[in-house]
Amino acid sequence: MRTLLKIAWRNIWRNRKRTVLTMLSIIFAVFFSIFSRSLQLGTFGQMIDNTVKLSTGYIQIHQNGYWKNKTINETFEQTDSLVNIIRSNKNVDLFIPRLESFALASSGEHTKGAMIIGTEPEIENKLNKYSEKIIKGKYLNNYDKSIIIGDELASYLKVGVGDTLILLGQGYHGVTAAAQYTIKGILHFPIPDLNKQLILMPLSECQYLYASENRISSLSIMLKNSEDYEKTAAGIAERLSEDYEIMTWEEMNKELVQFIDTKLIGGIIMLSILYIVIGFGVFGTVMMMTMERRKEFAIMISIGMKKIKLLLIVLLETLMIGTVAIMIGIFIVYPLLSYLSHNPLYLTGAFADSMKSVGAEPIIPFVNRYSMYVNQLFSVILITMVAIIYPLIFILKFNVLKAMRS
Amino acid sequence: MSIIRTKDLNKIYDAETIPVHAVNDVNLEFSEGEFTAIIGPSGCGKTTLLNLIGGLDSPTSGEVIINDTNITELNSREIIDFRLMNIGFVFQAYNLVPVLTAKENVEFIMQLQGISKDKRDDRVNTLFEQIGLKDQLDKRPGKLSGGQQQRVAVARALASKPKFVLADEPTANLDSKSTNNLLDIMLKLNETENTTFIFSTHDSRVIKRARRLITLDDGKVITDEIQ
Repeated sequence: MRTLLKIAWRNIWRNRKRTVLTMLSIIFAVFFSIFSRSLQLGTFGQMIDNTVKLSTGYIQIHQNGYWKNKTINETFEQTDSLVNIIRSNKNVDLFIPRLESFALASSGEHTKGAMIIGTEPEIENKLNKYSEKIIKGKYLNNYDKSIIIGDELASYLKVGVGDTLILLGQGYHGVTAAAQYTIKGILHFPIPDLNKQLILMPLSECQYLYASENRISSLSIMLKNSEDYEKTAAGIAERLSEDYEIMTWEEMNKELVQFIDTKLIGGIIMLSILYIVIGFGVFGTVMMMTMERRKEFAIMISIGMKKIKLLLIVLLETLMIGTVAIMIGIFIVYPLLSYLSHNPLYLTGAFADSMKSVGAEPIIPFVNRYSMYVNQLFSVILITMVAIIYPLIFILKFNVLKAMRS
Repeated sequence: MSIIRTKDLNKIYDAETIPVHAVNDVNLEFSEGEFTAIIGPSGCGKTTLLNLIGGLDSPTSGEVIINDTNITELNSREIIDFRLMNIGFVFQAYNLVPVLTAKENVEFIMQLQGISKDKRDDRVNTLFEQIGLKDQLDKRPGKLSGGQQQRVAVARALASKPKFVLADEPTANLDSKSTNNLLDIMLKLNETENTTFIFSTHDSRVIKRARRLITLDDGKVITDEIQ
């Protein structure tokens, strides 16, 4: 075997230029596909991260039926036993209880439907850094009896910090929810739709407003290892009664998942086309390497070399070209992605502003996952395997005398 | 005692259109230790006869029996194994594996035979001493002269200790000095190793030194004489 490896290795360098060119095409393919995949996964990861942080969390617990009928009557009590079950899961990083409902927000002659979210301001701030988005006034603390509102809503209602806003809605089991609150701060929500209608208040005050003491509509859970969300959700669900529904971010954000899936498939199709083109290059090289050595093959068979060993040499040659090129490609792209995954590219100017306006951080994010490298490895190995089919058939049907006369 | 026997051997090319009788009813016997040249004009069937004896080609009819084995009955895998263990080949264009050194070329056939490293080394040293290229062991064929390459090819043919060596026009690409040198070596190996050599040749220098001469014409044996 050692000799076969030696022959194969030396053979691929018999025509250095051709081998280098073939390798360069594979290196480019590996670099481009891993880099573009990293960018794509990074961007989608950021989209998921934004969605998860701002609204659903990776896992959300509701009262059974809430997701289909999101009303204040479908809320549930935040009990100690529930909290203990969640806390005891080792993958849970933090959880946020929220009470969400709607109300008419009114000031003077202006009234608008608003989305009310009662939350624990300190935990919420840890997650969404709302305090940094305050443009006027101050952020909430857990004991405030005041509210913060989105800047577009404030501008519609013509209110500012220190003004009073009247909220009127329906509380738990039909109780009238009516109260007036001082505006403590105005913030710019990253999502335009929310910016036009969102009012944030401390959870306890929200529960008081809606006459739903200790009740919440959702418990959003953030995870230490976000990729294990399904396992974690199953682990929590196992310990909860059927009164609760446990949903993952994928189940709650089906449109986003569909969008990402479509884009990922598009990416895979692009990469497949690239690899098919590269595959033809590899095939051409392997075919030339085979055809130009017909006489040599004939001599080797004449002196007693079995065809299977000859096949093995050609297979090794192709694998060597592929493997060396993959290694070089990975050697170039890995340090780059290692750096970029920790230091994303920051955008500036109009493009950054447009990203900020839709709630996205103005960065180009990258990820660096081993699966990306493994996938490329298998893709290139697959290409080499396909490229070798012709030489295999050629050698199996090989006519020694014809080749010797050639 | 004969080690090779051909019995009513025929090879007809393009049998369906215009038949060419390349080998025509050839009945020959070769004994151990022979140094034989097959001669005749171009196209008389010398190379075809060697190919048939070496199992590289199959006859239209007749048999080639080597040490009681009728090689015409062997399948393609068996014939490769048979060649590996019994026959050495020397080709006109040397045909060494270009990516292997001189030593590796000679060693390679023994590796195919599964011979241990120690035995291979011993055999390589002995052969390179006999062909006078001990100082060229690590050179690749491209760095050797034609004569040197052909000497390595002879060493390769003998490395596996074959029953006989078939050499197809081995001196055709060599100058006089290299030819004489190669013949000296082959004769020496023929004597020391008792290996049978069968050449096809036009070369008068080879013909002069062969002990047996077989003349072919139109695929038929015209003369078969001991010199």
